[in-house]
Amino acid sequence: MLDAVRDFFSRMLALSNESRPKTIFVAVALCLVCSIIVSMAAVFLKPQQLANKALDKKHNILEVAGLMQEGKSMEELFAGIEAKIVDLQTGEYVTDLDVSTYDQRRAARDPSQNVMIESGDDIANIHARARYATVYLVKDGEQTDKVILPVHGYGLWSTMYGFVALEEDANTVYGLRFYEHAETPGLGGEVDNAKWRAQWRGKKLFDESGTIRIDVVQGNVDGSSPDAVYKVDGLSGATLTSRGVENLLRYWMGAGGFRPYLDRLRQQHG
Amino acid sequence: MNKEAKNALFEPLVDNNPITLQILGICSALAVTTSLVTSLIMCIALTAVTALSNVSVSMIRHHIPTNIRIIVQMVIIASLVIVVDQVLKAYAYDTSKKLSVFVGLIITNCIVLGRAEAYAMKNGPFLSFLDGIGNGLGYSVILIAVGTVRELFGSGKLLGYEILPLASEGGWYVPNGLLLLPPSAFFIIGLMIWAIRAWKVEQVEKAEYQIHQVHRTEVM
Repeated sequence: MLDAVRDFFSRMLALSNESRPKTIFVAVALCLVCSIIVSMAAVFLKPQQLANKALDKKHNILEVAGLMQEGKSMEELFAGIEAKIVDLQTGEYVTDLDVSTYDQRRAARDPSQNVMIESGDDIANIHARARYATVYLVKDGEQTDKVILPVHGYGLWSTMYGFVALEEDANTVYGLRFYEHAETPGLGGEVDNAKWRAQWRGKKLFDESGTIRIDVVQGNVDGSSPDAVYKVDGLSGATLTSRGVENLLRYWMGAGGFRPYLDRLRQQHG
Repeated sequence: MNKEAKNALFEPLVDNNPITLQILGICSALAVTTSLVTSLIMCIALTAVTALSNVSVSMIRHHIPTNIRIIVQMVIIASLVIVVDQVLKAYAYDTSKKLSVFVGLIITNCIVLGRAEAYAMKNGPFLSFLDGIGNGLGYSVILIAVGTVRELFGSGKLLGYEILPLASEGGWYVPNGLLLLPPSAFFIIGLMIWAIRAWKVEQVEKAEYQIHQVHRTEVM
């Protein structure tokens, strides 16, 4: 068997470079070798990459809550944050699921754990969502100071995953930050721009009557208008990414998303 | 080290620099040089890819059919770039996030394909390896210089450490915002090309044409 293979190889290599069998042989052999190398790299490095991703997610939660401090370890800083699982439909906390192992992104793909979204309601273009979502509560003693909600939706090229931090009134935005996306660097990729993110602080999602009002607009926001508190200046050169951000917020803060949970928080808050 | 090997390694540094003489790889030189760290990681990634792709192409050069040779080279380069990208994602996650697509774009970097086609197809693996390292270093020299200027004068820092205290944080230096934008790299590279060609006059290209001097009598 081995001899036959060796024989085949030497016969192929002895052929003229310009002959058709040799061309096909070289192409196939090269592709095989290269694909083996690439898949080995992907498989062996995967655990390390996943660990990096998990750490990066924690880092982003701390950043969006404004808790990041130099010189302190991630675990230390994370101690002030409590993760809880929320049933999106009722807005109640769920206690029979383990927070440390629950994976919302996997659940959104699993037919037994997700909810399909009607195409008319699917403004964030995500098709399905998990039934339960992991939220993070920033505690100040016993009091809940901020709540951090995971959001995601489609931009121009990619699904953008991020976090929104809301203040205790469950309406005022404290921060918005994406930890994973593949938008065009320099245009849509500017959702990572610190200056752009900074203008979200203090914006309100809902008006007095409880209607969702948050709006990403083209051009500058007129600071004197009474609606300025609901408006955010969109990214220039990235209309579709900006619209994606608006849509995903409108979806996740709406009835299909965290609305029942936010209503409940507001009631508790008084 | 014999003369040929020395040439392969050191000539691309100044005398045959891929950026300033051959004007290749400009795209990534503009994109990743806003800070020195990203420049350094990009230099290491590109040098590794160029050296390894040169070796691989050189090893199988007698068996590459002429009519698919560019595809063969591209497949080898693309695989190496993916491996490098995976390694960066595993061991330099933050920088790999900052470099985003530009590591992937090493595939289309003309320096890598240019060396594979022009050098590795005709020379042995060892010389090709040196040539790849040399060209990677030639690229690195320029990137590091551009990255240093841009980070120092654009944000007053080097490798993230404060060198020039910023006016906005109580210091005296008002940073030049232009240096954080890609066009500034054009100016810096242009000035470097000017300086190198003033020093090494033989790099100046001959004019391709000359404007004809019209004599008064010809007009009449």
